[in-house]
Amino acid sequence: MGTLQMVVVILILLLLVKPVGTYVYHVFSGEPNRTDKWFGRTENGIYRLIGLKQREGMSWKKYALSFILTNIVLVAFSYIILRVQRGLPLNPNGTSDMEQTLTFNTVISFMTNTNLQHYSGETGLSYFSQMAVITMMMFTSAASGFSVAIAFVRGITGRESVGNFFEDFVKAHVRIFLPLALLVTLILVGLHVPQTLKPTLEVTTLEGQAQHIAIGPVASLESIKHLGTNGGGFFGANSAHPFENPSPLTNVLEILSMWMLPAALPYTYGMFAKNKRQGWVIFTAMMTLFVLLLGLNYYAETRGNPAINALGIESSQGSMEGKEVRFGIPQSSLFTTVTTAATTGSVNNMHDTLTPLGEITPLALMMLNNVFGGKGVGLINMLMYAIMGVFLCGLMVGRTPEFLGRKIEAREMKLIAIAILIHPLIILVPTAGAFLTELGKGSITNPGFHGMTQVLYEYVSSAANNGSGFEGLADNTSFWNITTGIVMLLGRYVSVIAMLAVAGSLLRKNTVPETTGTFRTDNGLFTGILIGTVLIIGALTFLPVIVLGPVAEYLTLR
Amino acid sequence: MSTAKRKKLLTGPILLSAVKDSFVKLNPVTLLKNPVMFVVEIGTIIVLLMVLAPGYFHAEQSMGFNITVFCILLFTVLFANFAEALAEGRGKAQADSLKKTKQDITANKLVGTAIKTVSSSELRKGDIVVVSQGELIPGDGEVIEGLASVDESAITGESAPVIKEAGGDFGSVTGGTRVVSDEIKVRITSDPGESFLDRMISLVEGAKRQKTPNEIALNTLLISLTIIFLIVVVTLRPIAGYLGIALDIPVMIALLVCLIPTTIGGLLSAIGIAGMDRVTQFNVLAMSGKAVEAAGDINTMILDKTGTITFGNRMASEFVPVGQETEVDLTAWAAISSLKDETPEGRSVIELAKKLERSYDSSLGDGGEFVEFKAETRMSGIDLRDGRSVRKGAVDSVKKWVLSKGGQIPGDLDSRSDDIARLGGTPLAVAVDNRIYGLIYLKDTVKPGMKERFEELRQMGIKTIMCTGDNPLTAATIAREAGVDDFIAESTPEDKIEVIRREQAQGKLVAMTGDGTNDAPALAQADVGLAMNSGTTAAKEAANMVDLDSDPSKIIEVVAIGKQLLMTRGALTTFSIANDIAKYFAIIPAMFTLAIPEMEVLNVMGLGSPSSAIISALIFNAIIIPLLIPLAMRGVSYKPMSSSRLLGRNLFIYGFGGVVVPFVGIKLIDMVVSIWI
Repeated sequence: MGTLQMVVVILILLLLVKPVGTYVYHVFSGEPNRTDKWFGRTENGIYRLIGLKQREGMSWKKYALSFILTNIVLVAFSYIILRVQRGLPLNPNGTSDMEQTLTFNTVISFMTNTNLQHYSGETGLSYFSQMAVITMMMFTSAASGFSVAIAFVRGITGRESVGNFFEDFVKAHVRIFLPLALLVTLILVGLHVPQTLKPTLEVTTLEGQAQHIAIGPVASLESIKHLGTNGGGFFGANSAHPFENPSPLTNVLEILSMWMLPAALPYTYGMFAKNKRQGWVIFTAMMTLFVLLLGLNYYAETRGNPAINALGIESSQGSMEGKEVRFGIPQSSLFTTVTTAATTGSVNNMHDTLTPLGEITPLALMMLNNVFGGKGVGLINMLMYAIMGVFLCGLMVGRTPEFLGRKIEAREMKLIAIAILIHPLIILVPTAGAFLTELGKGSITNPGFHGMTQVLYEYVSSAANNGSGFEGLADNTSFWNITTGIVMLLGRYVSVIAMLAVAGSLLRKNTVPETTGTFRTDNGLFTGILIGTVLIIGALTFLPVIVLGPVAEYLTLR
Repeated sequence: MSTAKRKKLLTGPILLSAVKDSFVKLNPVTLLKNPVMFVVEIGTIIVLLMVLAPGYFHAEQSMGFNITVFCILLFTVLFANFAEALAEGRGKAQADSLKKTKQDITANKLVGTAIKTVSSSELRKGDIVVVSQGELIPGDGEVIEGLASVDESAITGESAPVIKEAGGDFGSVTGGTRVVSDEIKVRITSDPGESFLDRMISLVEGAKRQKTPNEIALNTLLISLTIIFLIVVVTLRPIAGYLGIALDIPVMIALLVCLIPTTIGGLLSAIGIAGMDRVTQFNVLAMSGKAVEAAGDINTMILDKTGTITFGNRMASEFVPVGQETEVDLTAWAAISSLKDETPEGRSVIELAKKLERSYDSSLGDGGEFVEFKAETRMSGIDLRDGRSVRKGAVDSVKKWVLSKGGQIPGDLDSRSDDIARLGGTPLAVAVDNRIYGLIYLKDTVKPGMKERFEELRQMGIKTIMCTGDNPLTAATIAREAGVDDFIAESTPEDKIEVIRREQAQGKLVAMTGDGTNDAPALAQADVGLAMNSGTTAAKEAANMVDLDSDPSKIIEVVAIGKQLLMTRGALTTFSIANDIAKYFAIIPAMFTLAIPEMEVLNVMGLGSPSSAIISALIFNAIIIPLLIPLAMRGVSYKPMSSSRLLGRNLFIYGFGGVVVPFVGIKLIDMVVSIWI
C-alpha cells in the first residue's frame, strides 16, 4: 500500500512532464504561439510601464548583471520593510521590527530561493511582511532562477543569444508562476487552507484555557511556496502544520506543485536542443537517483528506530517520531525526498527525527543539488555534470570532447571548476569552522554524531539553497544568521554566474557537425555515465562526513 | 631513423638518466608545474619533518608507521618523475643523434663570382653556396642551379639518395645532408639556429614543449579535484575532533594522496611527450603537440589523388579485344609487344598477362628488335625475327599505321576506345602488321588497401575528399573505386583552399597533405597540414607537420595517433578517478575504527589492521604509476570503430576496471603487508 501511494504520485508526475515542459518551452522559445494571445496584453503593459521597448538578446555578462542588480534592488527593499514592519500597515498582531542579523539572513534566504527560516512566521512577521516580502520574494526568486536556467539552456543549445533577462523575468511571472499560483491557491482554499487577513484567533478551550490560534493569508503563500520551490512556511511548523497542509490530498498537491516544474525543465531543455532524447537522458538520470534515495529513506523509516524497537514498543508503522499521523511513512518519505530533491525546503515531517539512514536521503540530495533541483538550478547543475562526464569520457573516443556539438575546452573547464569547487567549499569549511568555535558548537542540542549532522545539515541546506531545517539546532544567533547568510549568497550566485559564463562561451563556438565519430549524449550509455559522474565526483566528496554523521549514528544506535 | 635505431633508443643509458632525472625533478620549483604531484611532495615533506622531529609533533609512538608513509609518498613522487623523465629521455636521445649531424660545416660561399670558404654558422638567409659531390649541404635552402642526388639519411633514415634539382617542387635541401653526386648551387633560406635541423632537435628534445589546449583543460579538472579533496581532508579534522576522534597528520596526508588523482597527474605529461614521440618515430615531424591533438579531431581529409590514393602511373587493367579477335590472342600480342618495354606501362602489361594466367610464346620475341616509344610515332613495339611487326600505342597512331599497311579497322574499335577514355582510362591499341587485335585498358590504379583505409576513416566519422586534375568522369571512376566520399575534379590549388574554408565554416577540422609551393596556402589554412619532406620549403613552412618519408597517405596514421593520444589521456583519467571508490573503502574504516569499533562493517575488503589498510592503499596508489608507464608511453590500443563501440569498450576496461582493480590490488598488497603489521 505504502509503495503504491508513492508510485501513483510518481506516475502522475510522469504524465505532467511532457505537457508542462512543452508549455514552458513555448513561453521562452520566442516563437509565436497561442499563449501570446492570452498573456500578450498584460506583458506589453508591463513592458511599457518599465520602459522595456527593445527586448533584444543580451550578452551573458549583461544577463548576469541584470539578474544580480534586480536581486539587489529586491533585497534592499525587503530589508527596509522587515526592519520597520512594526509601523507599517497590516500588522494586527503588533509584531515588532526584525533584528539586524536575522533580517540579513531572512532577506538573503528568500532572495536566494533558500527560505531557511531562523524566525517563526507566527510571531516574527506582520501580514504585510508576509505578503510584501516573503510572498513577493517567493515569486521573484523563483522567476530569477527560472530565467537563468532558460538563459543557460539557450546558450548551450546555440540560440542566437542567451536572451533578455527582463523579458524572461516578466514572462516567468505572467505566464507561469502567477496563473499557476492562482489556480493552486483556489484549490487549496477549497481544501480548507485558510486565506484571511484577520488577526490571530483567540478561543477558549473546553478546559476554559485561552488559546491563540494563528491564521492569515496562508493559501496564497502555500501555493507559491511550492510552485517556486521556495519552502518558507507561513508557520514555524511549515507543511506539517494542519493549516498549511491539512490532508493527504493537499500533501499530494503540494508535492506535485514543487516537483512539476523542475521535472519538466529537462524536457524543455530537450526541446531547445531540438533533440528530446537529450532531455530524457537528463530526466532519467535525475529520476534514477531520486528513486534510489527515496527507496533508502522509505526503507529506513519503515524499519523504525532500533532503540525503540528494542524496548518492545509496537513499531509495525515504522519510525513515526516527528511525523504526522495523517500522512504516515509513505507520504512523509515522498515529501522529504521531493522537497530536498527540488530544493524546496518545506517539510511535512521533522527531518531531525528521521532515522540515521533516512537522514542520508535529504542530505545527499542537497549535496548533489542536481536531482531535479529547484527553479532551474538543478537542471544547470545536472548539465554541468553532463559536461564533465562528456569531458572525461569524450576523450576516450579520441576526440576533443564536445557537448551538443560544441567543444569543451580549457575556458569552460575553468568555469566549471569554479562551480564544482564552490559547493563542497561552502559546506565543509563552515561546518568545520562551526566545530572550532563555541558559537557554533553551543547551538547543538543533541551532541555526538547526530549533533554533527545537525550542523552539517544547516550548511548543506543553505548551500543548496534548499532551506529545509534539520531543526533541533538553536540557529537564531548572530553566528548562524551571518554564516548561513553568506553560504546562501555564495551557493546561489557563484555557480549561476560561472555557468552563465559557460553558456556565453559555448554560444560563441562553431558547431561541430555530428558524425559516427561523435560522442553521443542522447543514449542510455550516457545516462549511465552521467549518473556515474554525479556519484563519483559529486557524492564521494561528502562520503567522509556522511560516514561520520548518519552512518556512525546508525552503526552505534542500539 | 631506421626501425633498428628506434628500438635501441630505449636502452640502459636512457633508463639510468631517467632514474637520475626523477631525483632532480624533486625540486619543488620544477614540480610546481604539476600541481597534483606538488601536493604529494608537500605531504611528503610534512611527514619527513614528523620523522625528523618526532618530539615536536608528539609522534614518537608512530615512528615506524610515519617512516613507511614517508617512503611510499617519496616513491609516489619519484615514480611520477620517472615516467616524465623516461618519456623525455627518448626524445633527448633522438636529439643527440641529430646533433651529431649538426657539426660545423665548411661552406663554399659564392661572393660575386669568387668562391670563399666560410663556416656554416656564418651563413645568412640569401647567401649562395656551391656544394659538390661528397660535401655536406651547409644549411637549409633551395637549389637554384644544377641537379644532384642527395643522401638525406641523417634526417629521414632512408638510405636511398633523392634527386634534387633547380626549379619545380624538388628544389629544397636540408642542412646536414650529403650530396652524393654532381654539384648544385643552393640559396640559403634560414639563418643559423632556425634551420629545419635546429627546429627538429628542439622539437624532439621537448625543450619548447607547451601544454596543449586539451591538456590545459584536463589539468584544470585535476587541479579542481585536488582542491576539493584538500578541502575534504582538511575539514575532516575539526569535524572528527568534535566527535572525539583524533586523526593523525600522516593518516590524513595518506587519505589526501590516495584521493587526489595522482595516477593521471603523474602520467599526464608522459602521455603528451610519448604521443609526440610516437609521431616522430613514425618519421613525421609535428611542429606542436597541438597539431597532433587536432589530428585526432579531424572531420574532413583532403587527399591528392596522384601519389596518395593512386600510384600515379597508368597500369594495364584489362585487355579489350575488338572485331573478331579473341582475348587470348590479344593478351599474347600485347605481352609480346611489351617484352622489352621497360616503362611502367610496359611492365604492367606483362604483369597483367601473368595475373590472368595467360600463356604466350615469349620466345617469339627473342632476337627481335625493340622499337622505342617516340613522341612522333606515339607507339612502341618489337620487330620480330620472322618479319612480323608488333605495335602498341595511341589508338589514332596505330590506326594510321595499320591503314598504311593496308589493313582494316574493326568497326567497334572507336566505340570501345571511347568507352575506356570516358571512364578515365587510356586505351592503347595493339596491332600486328595490318591486323588490330584490340585495346589495352590502362588506368590509374588505386593503391592496395586504400579502400579499407577509407572505410575505416568513415567509421571514425572522417569524410575524405579527393582532389585531382583529371576530368570529372575520370575522377568519379577513381573516387568510386577508392571509396572516397567526395572528389573535386580539375582542381586548382585555389579550389583546395575553397574546400577547406567551406568545411571549416561548418565547424569541421580539415587535414590535408601537399608538397608543392602552390599547396602552401592550403596547408596553412588546413587545421592539420602535412607537408612532404621532398616538397618545397614554402610548403614545409606552411604545414604544421612534415613527413620525412614523403608518404602522403601517412596522414591517416597521424590521425590515429592523435586519437590515441586523447584516448590514453581520457582512459587513464577515468581509471584514476574510479580508483577513489576502493581507496575510500580502505581508508575511511581504518581512520575511524579505533574510535568507533562498529565502523569495521565498512571494511568490506577485510583488510588486516587500520595501519596495514592505509599503507596498502598508499602502496597501491604509488605502484600503479610505474605499472601504467608502458600504457602511457605506448598509448591505449586503438582500432577504428564507431564512437559508441569504442566508448563502451574503453569505459568497460578503464571505468569498470578502475573500480575493480584497486579492490583486488589493495587486498593483495594488504595480505603481504599484514605479515609485518
